Amino acid sequence: MQALYAQLLVGLINGSFYALLSLGLAVIFGMLNIINFAHGALYMMGAFCAYFLLSLTGIGYWWALLIAPILVGIFGMILERTMLQWLAGLDHLYGLLLTFGIALIVQGVFQNYFGSSGLPYAIPDYPQIGDWRGLQGGMNLGFMFLPVYRGWVVIFSLVVCIATWYLIEKTRLGANLRAATENPTLVRAFGINVPRMITLTYGLGVGLAALAGVLSAPINQVRPLMGADLIIVVFAVVVIGGMGSIMGSIITGFALGVIEGLTKYFYPEASNTVVFVLMVLVLLIKPTGLTGRAA
Amino acid sequence: MKHRISALFLGTALALATGGGAMAQDKNIKIGVLTDNSGLYSDLGGAGSTLAAQMAVEDSGLAAKGWKIDIISADHQNKPDIATTIARQWIDVEKVDIFMDVLNSGVALAVNNVVKEKNAVMINTGAASSDLTNAQCSPNTIHWVYDTYMLANSTGQALVKAGGDTWYFLTADYAFGHALERDTTAVVVKSGGKVIGTVKHPLNSSDFSSFLLQAQASKAKIVGMANAGGDTTNTIKQASEFGIVAGGQKLAGLLLFITDVHSLGLKVAQGLSFTETFYWDLNDGTRAFSKRFSERMKNKAMPSMVQAGVYSGLIHYFKTLEAMGGNPHDGAKVVAKMKELPTDDALFGKGSIRADGRKIHPAYLFEVKKPAESRGPWDYYKLIGTTPGEQAFRPLSESACPLVKK
Repeated sequence: MQALYAQLLVGLINGSFYALLSLGLAVIFGMLNIINFAHGALYMMGAFCAYFLLSLTGIGYWWALLIAPILVGIFGMILERTMLQWLAGLDHLYGLLLTFGIALIVQGVFQNYFGSSGLPYAIPDYPQIGDWRGLQGGMNLGFMFLPVYRGWVVIFSLVVCIATWYLIEKTRLGANLRAATENPTLVRAFGINVPRMITLTYGLGVGLAALAGVLSAPINQVRPLMGADLIIVVFAVVVIGGMGSIMGSIITGFALGVIEGLTKYFYPEASNTVVFVLMVLVLLIKPTGLTGRAA
Repeated sequence: MKHRISALFLGTALALATGGGAMAQDKNIKIGVLTDNSGLYSDLGGAGSTLAAQMAVEDSGLAAKGWKIDIISADHQNKPDIATTIARQWIDVEKVDIFMDVLNSGVALAVNNVVKEKNAVMINTGAASSDLTNAQCSPNTIHWVYDTYMLANSTGQALVKAGGDTWYFLTADYAFGHALERDTTAVVVKSGGKVIGTVKHPLNSSDFSSFLLQAQASKAKIVGMANAGGDTTNTIKQASEFGIVAGGQKLAGLLLFITDVHSLGLKVAQGLSFTETFYWDLNDGTRAFSKRFSERMKNKAMPSMVQAGVYSGLIHYFKTLEAMGGNPHDGAKVVAKMKELPTDDALFGKGSIRADGRKIHPAYLFEVKKPAESRGPWDYYKLIGTTPGEQAFRPLSESACPLVKK
């Protein structure tokens, strides 16, 4: 029974990565109508950004949490300005193919320069206050040993998810944004710069991916293919949650992390496929996803 | 008169036979490096294996003697079906004579069948499964660098002797992981230890926390990692996060490559013990080769044992062909001759190839240095034991290979 609690908690931790990544995807799909296959590559770029900040300039983890998403976000906005914006109004398939191509190029370039086994990035050992060694070490919860860093990941990503949801669903900026995607011509008539808004939204989605990348750098090796391995699962999460639904992707992200964790406990061989089995089941019963609205 | 005519005929015939034979000696060789160029094993094989093959061709000096040697390379993406398609095309269309590297046990076992069917040669330096020279042995295949039996025998035995008598396995769920777990279990049990649990994880997993928690809960003294490449590095990194070693359990890297240690950094990898058959800093010969290799590699990486094996295997292959005078296209015949000749090169020292296709050389037990002990980049290993070749590998008496006469 203790082991089961431990698996639930571990599932929640993985779920927070799924949630952060699928949230970015949902924001981009909801606002730009683009199926952003480059998301995994941008997540990987976030992790590499953190690595470079540390190894080249000595900027540590805490600042990287802020700087890496901004840098990668800017890269994303350049992509949107130079390429993606020309796809507005076209079929989803074009966006999917273009972003898939971008992902392959970005991953290929990184792999060419940094190989496949990855680079080390340590869990931050500061601030040091008394016995507290930054995010290193762990605590014994009785039923499991919880690394402090993993606990931090869950809390931090929950806060970021809720803040993003609030920004889009509850603020004036978010309302403008949603209106702009519904009827850009009308919104433009109110004097709102719609193209700039779209660019910033893409930047936000990309920034979320990069943030997840920085969070994962101390846990996984910083590898060129770290995003490629994850992206398919994240897409399944978005499809199950309902394409474009913000809350749906957050909740499904955490829930699937937990389900996957339980599979790893009861039948580990299936842990890579359980998400897809669920996806098939959900699509059979409710093709729009659990919280999706009919298009 | 009659005698003179027949003597003349005989003489001409003989001259034609020998002279004509010499003319027909084919001195074209095509080498195919079939490896993982883009996936989780590409650093330990990949482009480095192709470079090692090039260096072997250059060092053989055969080109100056009129031989024509070409190298091609392809990415099998760790998928047996893709690998066999490439292998068939290489043999039928490209006329490839010899397959090098072929890492990933699933891929190697599949290609093994194609190579045998088409009578080509495979010198496998990358795959681990000891089945390649056991039940699945072939007259066309030589298993060069290491195998699961040897890894289990060396690392497993050493750890049980040091008091690690209860084991829990994290096993990659494909041919290689299964073989490594099976062979190590046999050694552990034989040495008086016990396996109290095992968990099979999918190949190329990024998160091992669930599996590590199960290993932790089992309270086994040794957590054996029957996986490789990116799977192993992530396991080690996350094991340190979950305090596996700090909690009194010991991690056993059954298969670890120098590229893995480099990627982890000494801070995380220190203290791990494992077995390899090649290390760049072993002796003058290995240092000289590795220095040349590293200068030509991107990132200035030192060779892994897989890449060193490609060089060493080809050097022996070239020596054999030179002794045969040419005609590399009859695979089984070439391999038979390779088994007759003793092996000797700067990287693996003196050795031999057994009837079952197993290349014999010593195995070294290493421990990863502490960061303070390392004197510079790539100075990572301390040698803690050497097993002579005859004891390191599965004895012929236990072999299920049909090529072994009993």
